[in-house]
Amino acid sequence: MFMSQVLQLLLDGERLSTDQMAEVLGLSTDDIDQELDRLSTEKVLLGWRPVLNPEHADQGLVRAVIEVKISPEREGGFDRQALRISRFEEVDSCHLMSGGYDLLVVVKGSTLHQVASFVSERLATIGGVLSTATHFMLRSYKEQGYLLVDGDPEDVRPAVSP
Amino acid sequence: MESESNKRVAQHVRSLPRSGIRDFFAIVAQMPDAISLGVGEPDFVTPWHIREATIFALEKGRTSYTDNRGLSDLRREISNYVETNFHVDYHPEDEVLVTVGVSEALDLALRALLNPGDKVLYHQPCYVSYHPGAILAHGHPIAVPTQSDEGFVLNPAALADAWEPGCKVLMLNFPTNPTGGTASPEVLRQIAEFACEKDLIVLSDEIYSELTFDGTHTSIATFPGMKERTIFLHGFSKAYSMTGYRIGYACGPVDLIEAMMKVHQYSMMCASILSQDAATEALRNGKDSVAQMKEQYHRRRDYVVRRFNEVGLKCHLPGGAFYAFPDIRSTGLDDQEFAQRLLSEQKVALVPGSAFGADGTGFVRASYATAYEKLVDATFRIEAFVNSL
Repeated sequence: MFMSQVLQLLLDGERLSTDQMAEVLGLSTDDIDQELDRLSTEKVLLGWRPVLNPEHADQGLVRAVIEVKISPEREGGFDRQALRISRFEEVDSCHLMSGGYDLLVVVKGSTLHQVASFVSERLATIGGVLSTATHFMLRSYKEQGYLLVDGDPEDVRPAVSP
Repeated sequence: MESESNKRVAQHVRSLPRSGIRDFFAIVAQMPDAISLGVGEPDFVTPWHIREATIFALEKGRTSYTDNRGLSDLRREISNYVETNFHVDYHPEDEVLVTVGVSEALDLALRALLNPGDKVLYHQPCYVSYHPGAILAHGHPIAVPTQSDEGFVLNPAALADAWEPGCKVLMLNFPTNPTGGTASPEVLRQIAEFACEKDLIVLSDEIYSELTFDGTHTSIATFPGMKERTIFLHGFSKAYSMTGYRIGYACGPVDLIEAMMKVHQYSMMCASILSQDAATEALRNGKDSVAQMKEQYHRRRDYVVRRFNEVGLKCHLPGGAFYAFPDIRSTGLDDQEFAQRLLSEQKVALVPGSAFGADGTGFVRASYATAYEKLVDATFRIEAFVNSL
């Protein structure tokens, strides 16, 4: 699968400005902007959210993973209910799963009570939802590819070596 | 500071040339905010699955000596790896020796092969230890110059010119540190024919071979008449980012490996069992990690070489390793002065080419084993420096 050079650079995680990306790839900044626009338009690149540390004291985040069982619809399967759930602000992600339940939903809130209320009052009450099982996240070790505890060491290589 | 009159030190050690890198390193070490393009090791940490295997080995209590030749599992993996990737078949029982890095393997080979005064041919500019290694083994090193306009590849005609009676060993390193030069199958074929004609034993240091960017790497051991006279040297430092593990290997004919093993068993006993376990894991499961790192090096190479040429420092496109070797003679400075002034005026460290032999004079080695951000910043600073001259 062809992956554009710009996208590859972004995924490598090196913090490069558009100007620096242009330098590295031998393109103009206009080329870079156009490519970024194309990636957005074609929904390859969905957005530019920073990845925040959920363990940081400032975050005050409560997250839960909900296993949802759904009764699929005749013409449409799980899609309509999945979309209906996904549209809630509180829902961070939603995936159709193989195995013992149908949808995996990650819900965010500022308190345990808020998350629990969302599940019982908004999620479980949707037509077609047969059951929910809520699991609260207690501690995170890795978030979207970033290690949160004792990451890899800083560059300690001798500055000059043969 | 060593004194010439220090009679307590053996004559051949006293006469060893001082490392050109050591002095420079001392200066760079005083400047923690300098961008260093002087590092001869990968900037990637060893892939986690390899580190994890090392930890697991410790947990299992694997802390003892191993067979002098190395763990049999590792030798089997090495044999498979070399056959699959280099197309040479070495028997793990008696044609493979696990060593403490390629550095030890080179030392063992030279000590096992050279009678006092035997001559050793090697192409220059080259890794800093080839010349001293020959001297330490009581041999006589003979440098064969390589040229920038030939991509710093060993020219078979130049090799023939440099040969003289008494030459026993030919040291090769492709891809080359510091020039990034690689040798085509045609060039290797000519070198191989020459080696057979002159009955030379070839030490082929192929440590950077996975990092070959244009075309595929060919080992000289694959050519007719070569397997029986080549000691194939390889390791894990560059492709798998395992420099600190100090683990490598030599593959070769039974009699030469046996001789190297004799020296190894008395001097080192064996390589670290932890490093050997890690190396086994690397060979079994490290292919994807190597491919990812190689791709990154490739892109950085293209960027860095383009930038050097843009700022007016002629730079050939290196076929492998992770070094660019631009020509700085157009600035009117010598390479030492260039490196020193670049460091003090723009805080960028490059290694003067003369540290790699007389044929490196007028060039500097820039390692691109560092993050893009730093490479971009460094090339702009180099540009500013060149424009200021």
